[in-house]
Amino acid sequence: MDRAETEGRIKALVVPFNTKNVAIADATTFAGDLEFDSLTVMDFVAAIEDEFDIIISMNQQAEIESWGQLIDAVVKLKG
Amino acid sequence: MSEGVSQADRPVEIHAAGGDLFSKFDPLIQMREGLLASGQLDPFSLVMEKVLSPTRAICNGRETILLGTYNYMGMTFDPDVIAAGKQALDEFGAGTTGSRVLNGTYQGHRECEDALKEFYGMDHAMVFSTGYQANLGIISTIAGKGDYIVLDIDSHASIWDGCKLGDAEIVPFKHNDIEAMEKRLKRIPAGAGKLVILEGVYSMLGDIAPLKEMIAVAKANGAMVLVDEAHSMGFIGPNGRGVAEDQGVLDDVDFVIGTFSKSVGTVGGFCVSNHPKFEIMRLVCRPYVFTASLPPSVVATAATSIRKLMHSGNKRAHLWKNSRVLHAGLKARGFSLGTQTPQSAIIAVIMPDLERGAAMWEALLREGLYVNLARPPATPANMTLLRCSLCAEHTGEQVETVLGMFERAGKAVGII
Ligand SMILES: Cc1ncc(COP(=O)(O)O)c(C=O)c1O
Repeated sequence: MDRAETEGRIKALVVPFNTKNVAIADATTFAGDLEFDSLTVMDFVAAIEDEFDIIISMNQQAEIESWGQLIDAVVKLKG
Repeated sequence: MSEGVSQADRPVEIHAAGGDLFSKFDPLIQMREGLLASGQLDPFSLVMEKVLSPTRAICNGRETILLGTYNYMGMTFDPDVIAAGKQALDEFGAGTTGSRVLNGTYQGHRECEDALKEFYGMDHAMVFSTGYQANLGIISTIAGKGDYIVLDIDSHASIWDGCKLGDAEIVPFKHNDIEAMEKRLKRIPAGAGKLVILEGVYSMLGDIAPLKEMIAVAKANGAMVLVDEAHSMGFIGPNGRGVAEDQGVLDDVDFVIGTFSKSVGTVGGFCVSNHPKFEIMRLVCRPYVFTASLPPSVVATAATSIRKLMHSGNKRAHLWKNSRVLHAGLKARGFSLGTQTPQSAIIAVIMPDLERGAAMWEALLREGLYVNLARPPATPANMTLLRCSLCAEHTGEQVETVLGMFERAGKAVGII
């Protein structure tokens, strides 16, 4: 699956969590820009895992700070 | 490249704020100061001046009913337990000054492990210095690099810290959600080792896990299962072995973790197991090896208490009654509770926010009642909770008194 398609699907998933309608780019951070707390992260990650049928372990999540890193990680996990 | 370099990228002056490692605590310090500035009594620095019994103490000079101590079976003042502790103190001294694997295993430690094996009907028992260390040690040691730990998101801090100490991949799932757990287990790469971690009773809301279904799913997917029964030992199940026993699935649990700091009434932790190679844990589990063992008096009180808990059917029945009466009474008075039905000896009362939760906690203390205040981030969904834990030694009259106190305090603070 290519990066653009992956990003499109994740963009649809983030909508209910992006309550302040922050404009999203590769450099957008989850903690800083999107103000996700740990509960939001958990629900958002679960939504992505179910959409792509993958596991993003907490160890992998620790490496992901920005939107771009998330897309890259999912593309890689999907193979 | 030395003298001539002006080190342009080195800050001339280190600002206190940037250099102070404590800066990261500023938001919490401010939150606390804000709360205390309003005249609120500090809920996290209460001192018990005297302890009169498992259910009564003197706090701030006032006699107080204890309803937040996890002393479920009231063993702290049991005469046999105290006598055993005194005798061990006299005969074996105040402490072991050593690790379990060096000079720190006394007769009493063996006897305590024997009592646990009998209590659970299992082949192996390993006593740790606390339940926190039991989780830390067992989890970080059995799940290694390349293995996967699948755990409930509402797991106790000691479980999370055990995960953090080890090298396994950590995969949480939504609280008590069987399907979410199953999906994650099925996505784990073939060949990887799997450990599922569950709790019998979750201490924040006092709800129990559907262990029967969850353990069946875990086993069907080739996972080993660890269940923390800290809040059910001595009370839940026909023999007080916990929620897994109550649901008839204890035989399918690979590792039970427990503590002496609740129903047993002293301090210490343990793991029991039927795994044929379990004894090797004593050599490879660092939080077991690299710390001093429990004092002789503590293991003697624990062993005596555990043996008495095997035959405490009447106390268990009374504790269930207390739990039902308190739950129904609080519900009838309009409080919102963590569970629709009483599922354990913990009844969590949900507060609208931290300010009113703290005010309610203080109002109850002034009435002469101690409960546990739990606040974010330790709580699920960032709730503020007043957690009540009942004791088999609470009389029916005390429970009625407690309900009256809740009613007056709840009205004064404007929660009901
Ligand atoms: C679920 C759970 N596991 C482990 C522990 C740790 O027990 P201990 O007090 O013996 O360290 C606790 C209690 O604090 C607990 O609630």
